[in-house]
Amino acid sequence: MSTRINNKESTNKQAQYAVSFVAGLIFSLGLGISGMTLPEKVIGFLDVTGDWDGSLAFVMGGAVVVYAIAYRMVIKMERPRYAVKFHIPRRKDIDARLLVGAGLFGVGWGLGGFCPGPALVSLSAGFAGVWDIVIFVAFMMIGMWLFRIVDGILSKTP
Amino acid sequence: MMDTVILPLTGGVLIGLASAMVMIWNGRIAGISGIVEGVISPRFADDKPVDFMWKTWFLVGLIVMGGILLIVRPESFPTTMPRSTVAIAIAGLLVGFGTRLGSGCTSGHGVCGMSRFSTRSIVATLTFMATGGITVAVIRHLLGGSV
Repeated sequence: MSTRINNKESTNKQAQYAVSFVAGLIFSLGLGISGMTLPEKVIGFLDVTGDWDGSLAFVMGGAVVVYAIAYRMVIKMERPRYAVKFHIPRRKDIDARLLVGAGLFGVGWGLGGFCPGPALVSLSAGFAGVWDIVIFVAFMMIGMWLFRIVDGILSKTP
Repeated sequence: MMDTVILPLTGGVLIGLASAMVMIWNGRIAGISGIVEGVISPRFADDKPVDFMWKTWFLVGLIVMGGILLIVRPESFPTTMPRSTVAIAIAGLLVGFGTRLGSGCTSGHGVCGMSRFSTRSIVATLTFMATGGITVAVIRHLLGGSV
């Protein structure tokens, strides 16, 4: 009996990994053709006081509409196809961490023209010679590790 | 028209579909910053890394398609970065630290969260758009356009 459950669980895991991989491919293709992987264009999109390039608004617009429709289906589903339950954030409080974190992220986004996804998609171009892309990704990871250290200290102090 | 509307919109739809797949089939939010953190610094439960494998597979897909795009559509990528190397490094640091402190980036908050009308995600998205806009404005008007 327990073997059967384990087998079923592992089949689901394989399916989950396949879904993740294919989703990663599609997500990456979307970012690549949309213009999000061109920092110059992203900076143009954020440049509301200069030569504003609004085309990237269609990227978020298209993604939000599709995901919103999909989410209507999710609400009606009992559980995901290959997992036990939906993991959906339920928090509603606006705290300092959210505001400061999003604020700092925006400064970095405006400064470098990359958010995390497009930077990772562009890694190939980075290793092909545009080394600043590799530097961005490396420092992004350092920033995440740094956060974990700070987070560890913050959660220990009462 | 192609570069200003059709490609951005098609790209957005693909991003939405990919994120929807991850939710409908795996029950997870496709938030890139959380996925990266989960791979480079996984949390552990019962000595096992939590969510490590699916996040890794997603990242592999992301990077592999980046390589394919470089071959079939090299104009998808910059040939130079618009800022100095020091500025790029600081930007990376801020993006990494900020997205984790704020629990998400353009994908997790901007796409997945806003679509669910999550108050936290709407506030986060407005915040990072605002500080992004201010940063670009400061660089353009106060620092003469180059950093």
